[in-house]
Amino acid sequence: MGNYRCAGAMTSAGDLDPLALAGAKAKGKRPYFFKDPDIERVLAITMAVAGELSVLRARIDTIENLLDERGTISRQDIDNFAPDAAQEARRSRWNQEYIARILRIVQQEREALESKEEPTSEKVGDELAKP
Amino acid sequence: MSNAMTGAMSGPPDFRHVGRHEVFPRTDHDQTERYNFLAHLNRHLATAVMPGVAESYAAREESAPKDRHEVRRQLRDHPMFQVWSALRRTTMEMRQQAGRAVVLSQLPALIERTRELGHDDVQLQQGFEMPRSLTGVDHHCMPGSYYTELVADDVGAAANYDSGMFVTTGGALGRYTDGGGHGVVQYVREKLPDFAPKRILDLGCGLGHNVLPIAEAYADAEIIAVDAAAPMLRYGAARARSLGVSNVTFVQADASELGQFADASFDWIQSTMFLHETSMKALPRIMRETRRLIAPGGLVLHIEQPRYAPDMPLFEQAMRDWDAFYNNEPFWTKLHEIDLDECMIEAGFKPEELLHGGVFAVVDTSEFPSAEEDDVEDFGRKPAWAITGALVR
Repeated sequence: MGNYRCAGAMTSAGDLDPLALAGAKAKGKRPYFFKDPDIERVLAITMAVAGELSVLRARIDTIENLLDERGTISRQDIDNFAPDAAQEARRSRWNQEYIARILRIVQQEREALESKEEPTSEKVGDELAKP
Repeated sequence: MSNAMTGAMSGPPDFRHVGRHEVFPRTDHDQTERYNFLAHLNRHLATAVMPGVAESYAAREESAPKDRHEVRRQLRDHPMFQVWSALRRTTMEMRQQAGRAVVLSQLPALIERTRELGHDDVQLQQGFEMPRSLTGVDHHCMPGSYYTELVADDVGAAANYDSGMFVTTGGALGRYTDGGGHGVVQYVREKLPDFAPKRILDLGCGLGHNVLPIAEAYADAEIIAVDAAAPMLRYGAARARSLGVSNVTFVQADASELGQFADASFDWIQSTMFLHETSMKALPRIMRETRRLIAPGGLVLHIEQPRYAPDMPLFEQAMRDWDAFYNNEPFWTKLHEIDLDECMIEAGFKPEELLHGGVFAVVDTSEFPSAEEDDVEDFGRKPAWAITGALVR
């Protein structure tokens, strides 16, 4: 299991299981913020998937840059890739837009704070239906 | 609406700008990009979501709160606070998993490199008892905290800390996460241009990222850097050597019991973002030990986030308290409530010896964001710190 306290000083570093240990729980009861903790679990999973999609998108961008520059790619080239200033700005911009798209509903709920009294479409419809 | 919502925000620099030394963990393409995503997500939460918490609270209908704890209890009912907090917490956990995945897969090589660079001059104590302030919970959701050793000569906790610091700070601490140390040096050089300390003590040094700039700026001084956690000390010594700094000795010690050092044997005693990870039992002892160890004419500087002074709005206090309750910084709330001046006076410093100031992280602004010029209020993560100290007569 992933309990990081299971290993001991006699363990050899080569015997550790990085996969299980990486995701170990930190000591201390975890706080939950939503009324229903199930929602929080789904949010945590969703954000992890979102992160992996960002990583994949960056990898594609890296491959495209390498192909533009030299016409070939290798795994080593991908790991050694360092974006120039323009490429870095474009990748950063993509991440900003990407996160803004994922968290769109949070932006809109924030904007809705400023218009608490706004009517629903149904209410406006009722109003418009009156002769 | 803020700039962040209209698109003027600039993101954190790419992780590839972070400085590499010989024990810095290596990252492949995807590990690098995992950090980049998390740094961007943190920045988005600070610039585009957190302001919504303030807006939501400003529009509240609850009664006026009497203290920051009541504000926090009220905030827990605000959906904007809930979503910001849930995202922030999970981002912290993702950062830990990302960093640990990087480090644990190369731990044998990291330990080997640390051994080669030599941590034989690190002074560890057999049977050292970890203070309760470290063992109660794992600080900032770091599984195993600073001190857990999975294997002999482990440096994993330190390597993870060093590697992933970029994610939480978005590069605001600079190339080697040492902008705090550079800020302290700049402050002392301006304040005391003729100060020439011979012996400097750094309390709660961690992996030494804040003390190395001091050691480089005062190259003739002998620096003793103490911390409770062996992995931090081993890694810190190797990191210092790799960066060409040779005047720091890393010593395992509890900062509240420094009996191995003689009275008045240091010209400068420094702590940087350390006191909030101690306790009300340890703090008076740390202050008394500091008073005992400082030489006449010596300088004491404690760098922390600003105190919850009576004139700080309760909302700001509650937001700054977030890490105490939701990010495993259990002493953070009490430390920022109390008056450190009183602690120092009770420890024997004279009121007229006390000094106060502020310090920003100083970084290479051609590649890293300047904390001084960043007007985003993130309530506790920004490296904009308060100094409480003394210039001893």
